[in-house]
Parts: sequence; C-alpha cells; structure tokens
Amino acid sequence: MNANTSPILAVRDLEKTFGSVVAARDISVSVPAQQTVGIIGANGAGKTTFVNMITGHLAPSKGSILFEGRDITGLPSRAITRLGISRSFQVAQVFPTMTVIENMRIASAIARGRDSMLGLMSTPLDTPETAREADAALELFQIARYRDARAATLPQGVRKLLDIAMAVAGAPRLLLLDEPTSGISIEEKFGLMEVVMSALKTRRITVLFVEHDMDIVGRFADRVLAFYDGTVIADETPEAVLANPQVQTLISGTRAHGAGAAHA
Amino acid sequence: MLTAFAIFSDGLVYAAYLFLVAVGLTLIFGVMKILNVTHGSFYAFGAYGAATAAGVWYDRGLNDAGGLLFMVAFAMLIGLVIGIVLERGILRFVYGRDEVVVVLVTYAVFLILEDVLVLVWGARSFTAYQPMIAAGSIDIGDLTLSNYDIGLVVLAGALAAFCYWALKYTRYGRLLTVVIFDRETAAAFGINVRVLYTVTFIIGAMLGALGGAMMAPKISVTLGIGVEVIVLAFAVVAIGGMGSIEGALIGALIVGIARAASVHLVPQLELFVIYAVMALVLGFRPYGLFSQVQPRKI
Amino acid sequence: MRMGSTVLGALAFAALAAIAPLLPPWLISLATIAFANALVVLGLIILWRTGLVPFGQALFYAIGAYAVALIGRYTPIRDVFFVVFVGAVAAGIVAYLIGFLLARYREIFFAMLSLAMSMILYGILVKTETLGSTDGFHVEAGSFLGWRPQGGTRNLAIFWLVLAYCAIAAWLVAYYFRSVAGSLTHPIRDNEIRVEFLGVSVDRLIHLKLVVSGVLAGIGGALAALAVQHVDPAMSYWTTSGGFVFVTILAGAGSVAAAFVGSLLFELVRSIAVTLVPGEWQMILGTALLLTILFLPEGLGSLVSRLRQRWRRGTAP
Repeated sequence: MNANTSPILAVRDLEKTFGSVVAARDISVSVPAQQTVGIIGANGAGKTTFVNMITGHLAPSKGSILFEGRDITGLPSRAITRLGISRSFQVAQVFPTMTVIENMRIASAIARGRDSMLGLMSTPLDTPETAREADAALELFQIARYRDARAATLPQGVRKLLDIAMAVAGAPRLLLLDEPTSGISIEEKFGLMEVVMSALKTRRITVLFVEHDMDIVGRFADRVLAFYDGTVIADETPEAVLANPQVQTLISGTRAHGAGAAHA
Repeated sequence: MLTAFAIFSDGLVYAAYLFLVAVGLTLIFGVMKILNVTHGSFYAFGAYGAATAAGVWYDRGLNDAGGLLFMVAFAMLIGLVIGIVLERGILRFVYGRDEVVVVLVTYAVFLILEDVLVLVWGARSFTAYQPMIAAGSIDIGDLTLSNYDIGLVVLAGALAAFCYWALKYTRYGRLLTVVIFDRETAAAFGINVRVLYTVTFIIGAMLGALGGAMMAPKISVTLGIGVEVIVLAFAVVAIGGMGSIEGALIGALIVGIARAASVHLVPQLELFVIYAVMALVLGFRPYGLFSQVQPRKI
Repeated sequence: MRMGSTVLGALAFAALAAIAPLLPPWLISLATIAFANALVVLGLIILWRTGLVPFGQALFYAIGAYAVALIGRYTPIRDVFFVVFVGAVAAGIVAYLIGFLLARYREIFFAMLSLAMSMILYGILVKTETLGSTDGFHVEAGSFLGWRPQGGTRNLAIFWLVLAYCAIAAWLVAYYFRSVAGSLTHPIRDNEIRVEFLGVSVDRLIHLKLVVSGVLAGIGGALAALAVQHVDPAMSYWTTSGGFVFVTILAGAGSVAAAFVGSLLFELVRSIAVTLVPGEWQMILGTALLLTILFLPEGLGSLVSRLRQRWRRGTAP
C-alpha cells in the first residue's frame, strides 16, 4: 500500500472497561487523510472515551490504534502529541494567567523543542520565528484582537479558539476536537466552526470532532460516526446517518429525538 | 520477648506523644488547608507555660494531683491567646492565597515566636518533673512502666475517641466534617466558614499547647523543642494523610513503633527510621494513608 | 537589552573580583558564604518559579559539603576544582534518584517530602561516627591546581573561586530562563493538562528542574565547606533549608541577580543583627518575611523593576 491509500488512523477492536463497566467496545474505524469526521452520540455513549484513547489520556483495555501505520496503542499522551496527534478539550485548556499571545508563543516554542529535555532547555522561548508563528496563528483563528488579553478574561468562544490554535501549533496531522462548540451560544456556533474548519483546511489537517448539534455535523463533516452504548452503530455520510432509523431511535439529544418519540 | 514488649510499650508511649502533637496540626490542615509551622510554637509555649505553672504550684507546696491540671489549664490558656492573636491578627489576611505562601507565613510567625519565647522566658532550661515523680511507676514482670506514661497513652486514646465522637455527633463536629470534605458545598449550605476557621485554629492551638504541657514533665523544656517537634508532627501527619484524625492516630502508631523498634534494635537509625518510613509510605500512597486531599488530575 | 544584562553581570563579577584585595577580610568571608549560598538560592528560584518550594534543599547543600569534607578526610586529593565537581555530581545523583519520587508531587506535598528527604540525611549524619556525628569535622585547606595559598591569600582565592562559579552559574541559569524549559513555569502552575498535550511531560520537566537545582545546591555546599573549613549535620537541618527559602522569597524570583544581591544583603543584615541585637535576629527575619509576603509578594527584586519602569516612563518623551 502506498501513502496515499493507507489510512492516517486505523482503529481495530478497541475496548475500554473500568472494572465491570464497559465504556467502549468493538470500535473499528479507519480514517483516510484529510477527511473530516463528525462523532455523535448521547452523553455516556463512549465518544470522549474514544477520543481519550486515541490521544493517550486513557489506555485501551483491548484492541489497537495505528497512526500513519505506526502502533500507538497505550502510549502516553505527550508521546502521541509528539507523533502528530493533537486535541482540544470540551472545557478549553489554556493558561489562564497568561495573555493570549503568551499562550500561543509558548505553544509554538514547545513544538520546536519538545522532542527532548535537552531540546526544551536549548530552545529559546522568544525568537523572531516563534513570534511570527504565534501571531500568524492568532490571525488564522481570528483572535488577533484579543492578543494582549489575559486568557482568564476571554469570552468562551475565544478561549475555545485559543485552545484549538494551541493544539495546532505543533503542526499535527490529526486533530481531535472534543465538543468544540459546547458552551457556545447557538448564534455563535456556526461562526466558530467556520473559522476552525477553514483554518484546519488550510493546514491540511485530518479532523475528528465530537458534536451534539446535528446541523453543524451535517454542515462540516464528510462522514459521521454515531456512538451508542460504547460502540459505533453507524458509520456513513451525514445524510445517511441522519436518515438511519436506528440513529434516530437511539441517539437522543439530536434532532432525531422527535422522530424517536414518534416511533414510540 | 522482653524486647518485643519493651518496643511495644515504648512505641505506644511515643505514639501517644506524637498523636498529641499531631492532632491539632492535622485538624487545622483538614479544615483550613493550612500547613501550620506555628504548631511548633504552640507546643513550645505550652511546655514553657506548663513549666512556669509547675513552678508556681509546687513552690507553694500545693497537692500533686492539682498540679498537672493547673499546668495543662495554664498552657491551654496560652494556646488560646496565641491562637486568637494569630488567626485574627495575621492569618485571616492571607486566606485564599497559595497554600505554599500560607506555609511561609506561618514559618515567618514561627521564627518571630521563637524569639518571643526567649524574651519571655530567657535562654534558660526549665523542668517540671513533679507530676512524673508523683505518678510513680509499676512493675510488669521485668519491665518498669511509668504511670505518667500510661496516663499519656490513656489521654491520647481518650482524645482520639473524643475527636471521633465530636466530629460525628456534635453540631460543630458535623459542620467541620462538611467543610473538610467539601468547602464549596459547605459555603453553599450557608455555613459560616470564617467563624469555623477561627474556632478551629484556636482549638488547634490549644491542642498544640496541651501536647507541650503533657510533655513538659518528661523533657527538659529548653530552646529548640518547637523546631524538633514540628518536623516530627509533619511526618506523622503526612504518613496518615493530611487533615485526617484517624490518619494522625495511625501515623503516630506507625512512627512510634518504628522508632521504638529502632531504638531497641539499631539505635543509630533512630531519626533515619522516622523519615524513611514517611518516604516509604508516600512512595506507595502519595497523599498518605487516609488522604482526603485529592491529587490534581492530570 | 539581553546582551546588556549579560555584559552587566559579567562586569559586576569582574569588578567584585578586582576590588576584592582592597576589601576587609571579614567582608570577604561574608561575601564568600553569601555567594556560595546564592547558588542554592538560584536553584530555589528555578523551582519557585514553577510554584515549588523545597523545604529540604539543605539536603543537596549538605551532600556537596560532605563530599568535599569526606574526600579531604579519606583521600589525599585536595584540588578544589575536583572536590567541588564531586560535590556537584554527588548532589546531582541524589537529586536524580529522589526526583523519581519527588517529581510526582506539587505544592505543600512537594515541600513536605523534600523536607523528609533532608531529615533522613540529617538522621544519618547525626548518628554516624564515620561521618563525624553531631560535631561534623574539619575540612582541609584546598589546593588550586597545585597552588596552595595560606591565610588571607587563601581566603581571597576561595572568594575568587566562588565568584567564578557564580558567574558561570548565573550565565547558564539566565540562558535557561530564556529557554522553553525555563519558561514553562506559569504554564505548569496554570494547567498541567495543557502542557502534557503540547507534548511535554510535566513530571520529567520538574525532575529536570530538581536535578539542576540540586547540582547548584551541591556546588554551593561544596564551596561553603571550603570557605568555612568545617561541616556539620546542621547544614542538612530543616532550618538551613528554611533560610534558603527565606532568601528566595525576600529576593524574589524575578531575576538571576536577585539571588546574589538578596543573599549578600541577608548575610550582611544577619552579621549586623547578630552583633547588635543577638536575641532578636529570628524576630527580624520573621517580620521581614511576613512583610515581604504581605506587601511585596514578588520580592525585593520587584521593587527594582518597578522603579526601572517608572524611570523609563518618566524619561520617555
């Protein structure tokens, strides 16, 4: 197989149990490069567990994860980050006491020196390149006007964008967004996703994003994974998934909820 | 066999001492999240106060039984006064600051109080052995046990039982339990956390002074006793889990027995053993045996 | 600006070295100890910036000092460069080993465990005859690559030696502070999860900082042992650690220079206070510490930068 056809992410028979509780099971997914994949499902369906396993926050109980053909199953999150998988968080993880540009600079600088402790010690924080890179990232994510604001004081949406911008600083090939629009008002959601998705497109990054709003999934995803009870029950185009009766019945909190009620 | 029994009895006595010293420290930490270096001063002031009281009492030839009571009462009165002054005068201004910063504040106060001690009592050493003598001793087989030591163990046991009862069955105790468990919820329930802090700190200070008063008859009351005791109490509390009364009890027993075993078997390791046990426990249980403080999630 | 402070620092050290022969001997001895201790403080600043306060840094200080003393006692080697090197390596190895445990802790737990580690060493030193027990022992006068100065010349030579180590350490630490590793201070205090997901192990980074600060403390202890020509277990006691923490808070973690100025001021005030008001020294210490924490949380060094800012604003058109 050559690089063009082999998937960037290949997950096989993934399972995660906490004691007797099965949080995820029988997940097998293969994602080609530069695809944008939406992940839907009710709370507790295993979406975040899935994201956590891929990014190394949780070690899978069973199964394997291949990234660009390389086995990353059970690696710590920092190693996975260094290999080229980044993530954002449901609750934006930024450095609240620092300004936006300081946040961005440290993220850019870390990306340059993170391969070893020696690298971290010998890479200067303030170089013209990191400064330029950081400013460019703020422009790209359209938060440059908050440049000198302390991160703690940012509006929710800006903080989310900063979180994602920082995740992208290390030039990842795969990015996982855990509910990028949670906590954002309905009016702002589309605008935020437009900014994020166009930025990621210019960087040619493969994206997996967890989302509750079916309109957003329909608008931005090439493909949708529907989670229920710890596993993937549908893996199709957004239109097909929306039409899928099983999805409509089982996944509440999406637009299918009304349809599910009608079935009953 | 005799050694084993000696280790056990010495260990128990030492554990009683450690518990008396550590209980106030762990109480203050549990409720206020303050690692209180000043606790060493409470102990020292208690011991000096008790020695002074002993002087006053026995110089007048008053009866033996009342002497210890008078010593303890006087020491705890000193603890009460220092506790109020510190909490109202200094600590309340640093609530909400970084835990580490608050430790440094108590360290600063500790340094100041060390010199205040010298200003009040001078650089002399004091003794207050009268209650120890008056209590006498009993022989069990080949072993002679001081009745005072037995009393110390009983007192520590009673104090532990009292704390357990008070936390569980009194209004104040239940409020404390809520605060220890979850401060935010406590505030949400309308508990006046500030008042609780003041009361707790004063009780902690009085317990520290009690520890000093009870030990005064057994030791030479001299400069530097606070410095020594504070690190010991830290070790006990860290082993048990900071903020946990049961933890302080178990920690005191572990350290007490370990030290006694070392004294009887390999005396060179006496001091080493205490902190080695602490490092060992923390190696496996990073936040102590009965930890209520959750580590930050990574 | 950056070049500026490097040059300024170099000039300051060179000037001190040059005027040293003109200074009274008591001041030389005082400055020698002050600067040796400043190396420990420099290490503390590295940790303090990340929010870590080791209450047992005297552990490494004592290891550095005892390494020098033991070499003098049990081997014929006297070369100061060699013995200080061994002191630094010994402290570094110990820091590396206990770092596996210590680096998992933060805040007061870190402070306490560090304290426990130093007390273990104290317990060993006090009870071990071959290590000098409670009295400690004498440290032999050193030789400088074969040169064996005596009396006042020796003191001067030791001072120069200390200055040289300080200059190198100051330069390296200043470089480190500008690096990514040195900048990961607020980020670690703010949000370790984010740091981890940027690809850096926080525990390993703290481990590294611990080793660096341990080596600095080891060098400081080794130099102090050479200067005082005596070591004893008090060097590892928690009050010694407390003193280092004290200077760090007082000086503030704002700059490398703060460590040296703060340490020198501390020793000066102490020698004056101990002569004039011997009974009130700790009270002065405690009050100063209290006032600093309450009113000047960034330390005395922040006064300087505040003044500098005001001056700049004043002169700007």
